[in-house]
Amino acid sequence: MNRALAALAALALLTLPFWLASAYHLHVVIMAGIFTILALSLNVLLGYTGQLSLGHAAFFGIGAYTSSLLALKLEWSFWLGLPAAAVAAGLAGWAIGRLALKLRGAYFVLVTISFAGVISLVSVNWMELTNGPLGLPGVPAPELPGLSFRTKPAYYYLVLLAAAGAYLVCHRLVHSRVGRAFLALRENEALAESVGVDPTRTLVVAAVVSAALAGVAGSLYAHYTRFVSPEVFLFSYTVTMVIMVVAGGKGTLAGPVVGAVLFTVLPEALREAMPWQWQMLAYGVLLVLLVFFLPRGIVPALQAWRR
Amino acid sequence: MAALAVQDLAVDFGGVAALAGVTFEVRPGTITSLIGPNGAGKTTAFNAITGYLRPRRGRVTFDGRPLTGLRPCDVAGHGVVRTFQKTSVFPALSVRDNVMIGLHLRGRSGLLAILAGRRAVAREEVQLAGDADGIIAFVGLEHRRDAIASALPYGEQRLVEVAVALAARPRLLLLDEPAAGMTGSEKDRLIELVRRVRGQGVTVFLVEHDMRLVMGVSETVIVLNHGRVIAEGPPAAIQAHPDVIRAYLGSARAQA
Repeated sequence: MNRALAALAALALLTLPFWLASAYHLHVVIMAGIFTILALSLNVLLGYTGQLSLGHAAFFGIGAYTSSLLALKLEWSFWLGLPAAAVAAGLAGWAIGRLALKLRGAYFVLVTISFAGVISLVSVNWMELTNGPLGLPGVPAPELPGLSFRTKPAYYYLVLLAAAGAYLVCHRLVHSRVGRAFLALRENEALAESVGVDPTRTLVVAAVVSAALAGVAGSLYAHYTRFVSPEVFLFSYTVTMVIMVVAGGKGTLAGPVVGAVLFTVLPEALREAMPWQWQMLAYGVLLVLLVFFLPRGIVPALQAWRR
Repeated sequence: MAALAVQDLAVDFGGVAALAGVTFEVRPGTITSLIGPNGAGKTTAFNAITGYLRPRRGRVTFDGRPLTGLRPCDVAGHGVVRTFQKTSVFPALSVRDNVMIGLHLRGRSGLLAILAGRRAVAREEVQLAGDADGIIAFVGLEHRRDAIASALPYGEQRLVEVAVALAARPRLLLLDEPAAGMTGSEKDRLIELVRRVRGQGVTVFLVEHDMRLVMGVSETVIVLNHGRVIAEGPPAAIQAHPDVIRAYLGSARAQA
């Protein structure tokens, strides 16, 4: 039953561009895929180590700028720019992890917010490099010999592959001693230390993996919209990620995926369903209801209900 | 030679001496207890030995290697593992996952091998799961393997703590009031468990209030009072020691 359902879902995902005719709908699905990677990325920190990063848009933006700049200034191929974006964002994650050495909870949150603020200011003010608030147009679409990712269906498959890869990374991590060390920090740091879990090292590893994934999402986003501007550092991106992870179910593998899809599709669905004055209101009410009735998130609620 | 040697260990809390320079040894392969009235500095000593507190002065060595100044996770790496006075488990995780975390140092898989999905990682996981099941059986919690730790009755949570500590493969196990809040039969099980742990070659160092347990299980008893060692010896000698009797009666009178 479960396996049949999974096979059906996989089939639906693999054939999606063939039955989802509207380019607009496909665009929403692609964005859902990019946000899935972001939500998975935030979940590594928030869901597993229990530390809230409210500067996550910074890693997304660093990824977007890194591969855009490499493509525009040095004519690097996307296929090198994407890993470079992961590395650049990962390095930033490493720095944050080190800075946050002894900081937990609210203090960690503050460090991440400040970091995002600083990076955002750099992107606005370093005119020669980033073109400031005007942004960088003309980011090229990825190309392979005989295959261009300029079209939405092609890009959809690229994002699908990347999202599946991000899921696989999280899956492997969670079912390993490293992932268990993340959980140990969240559950009881003093006890974790007593059995040899190094809190600093563990938190740095989590921050690096999380940031690198967000960097991948940023690169995919930039080469999809073919434009990057300081807007990628917007706090609202971070808030959206947090909503996705919390509503979907933090600390679960499927939660961020469910949350990302739901909260990418929902605003678009509301846009079609009602006049704009009502959209944000309906979004807010739905969110409040969700948090009120399913405080641990959709996926944990489903798991509990099935048991 | 001593397994654990503590020399002139002193800890201050805001100018108040919690430990005023204590010196003692724990011999290898023994069960040794640290007792004393409330506030004598027992848990402080544990915290200073295992790196949770930085002592003002003094030296701690284990098998001749210095532990002073190390972080708790590095102390664990030297084979010195402690439990906590207040119940301390990974609450939202299953008993098995609790013990799997305890096995952290036994695992070798690095991040890159894990992300690459190397076969050695999967093999190690199977082996660690087997080790975890063995330890769970050793403390007698087989029937609770998949239960969430926080949902267990109190006495069983304390056994989970011991299992987590044992998973870290201690050569010296420090138990901080393991019997606190346990029923009589649970205490009997605990005593038997502590003896079996020692039987495996682990040195056991115990902070405990239950005198029946302490006197029944220990070879050596060290008595702390006001941050100083006031007596040290086999249980029978300690029970008859005038300073010990005075310390306990004195504190009882002070509390009354």
